[in-house]
Amino acid sequence: MDQLDKDIINTLQYDFPVCERPFARLAETLNSSEDELINRVQNMLDSGLLTRFGPMYNAVNMGGALSLCAMKVPEDQFDQITEQVNAFAEVAHNYQRDHEMNMWFVLATETQQDLNDTLNAIEKTTGISVYNMPKEKEFFVGLHFKA
Amino acid sequence: MTQAIENNTLDIDELDRRIIMATQSGLPVVAEPYRQIADHLDIPTQLLMDRLNAMKQDHRIRRIGVVPNHYKLGYTANGMSVWDVDDAIINEVGEQLGQLDMVTHCYQRPRFLPEWSYNLFAMVHGHNHEEVLDKVDQIASLLGDKAHKHDILFSTKILKKTGLRLKDKG
Repeated sequence: MDQLDKDIINTLQYDFPVCERPFARLAETLNSSEDELINRVQNMLDSGLLTRFGPMYNAVNMGGALSLCAMKVPEDQFDQITEQVNAFAEVAHNYQRDHEMNMWFVLATETQQDLNDTLNAIEKTTGISVYNMPKEKEFFVGLHFKA
Repeated sequence: MTQAIENNTLDIDELDRRIIMATQSGLPVVAEPYRQIADHLDIPTQLLMDRLNAMKQDHRIRRIGVVPNHYKLGYTANGMSVWDVDDAIINEVGEQLGQLDMVTHCYQRPRFLPEWSYNLFAMVHGHNHEEVLDKVDQIASLLGDKAHKHDILFSTKILKKTGLRLKDKG
């Protein structure tokens, strides 16, 4: 990764222009060329340095429902409960964390009703209470990752 | 300048839905990416760009850009810091946290009293465990008595990770 790759990452994390020739416009500020930038971005996607290029959609504002949920899972049942929770397609991410609330997962559904139904189904299947912690407010973050 | 996004939902019409379906896995890496998508949808490029700009305006699109793999950039440690902040000042504190380097997400969430009094969540990244702990200490000093207490939850294992996708309603 050289300086141009770093500049691309640091710039494109914030804003990719919406115009006919966005890479050409970016080439002016990044002191590069349209072709060079296209090659660099494609190479970084291919190498896995970049995981995405495009619009980041906000599921909640699109009418979907999203929530962070936590559970206190007994250690001796952890693997079994993990399997049961992960089997729900609505569970997008699931992390084990070092806390009494040791399982944290994100539920993503198209409607609030689907979310409530899924929560109930998870509680019924696992026999464990789910702490439902949907975001009440999101604060914009000022900075992203510095490459 | 930071601002809070309220949790209001918006209706999406059929064209927006088609645009979302066509772009949610990414834009083509070509000189005219919007034109290529517009051609695929059989709509004018300008209409596509107008719709994308409108979705940026009302926050259905957070932003258009790249997402780096933070592990590959060396940010291998992350901790979910959680803070107990008076509701009356949570906007001020949330915006303050959002401005900090290495905080990638910052949300207000409901408390579950008495066992869970934390109402502000901030994901903190670092090159290692110690850097994350240092960062959280710095945040604690910065907030002073604005935060009654805080904790940090490190992930010990990824149990599942899939992308968020809008289902095709056909």
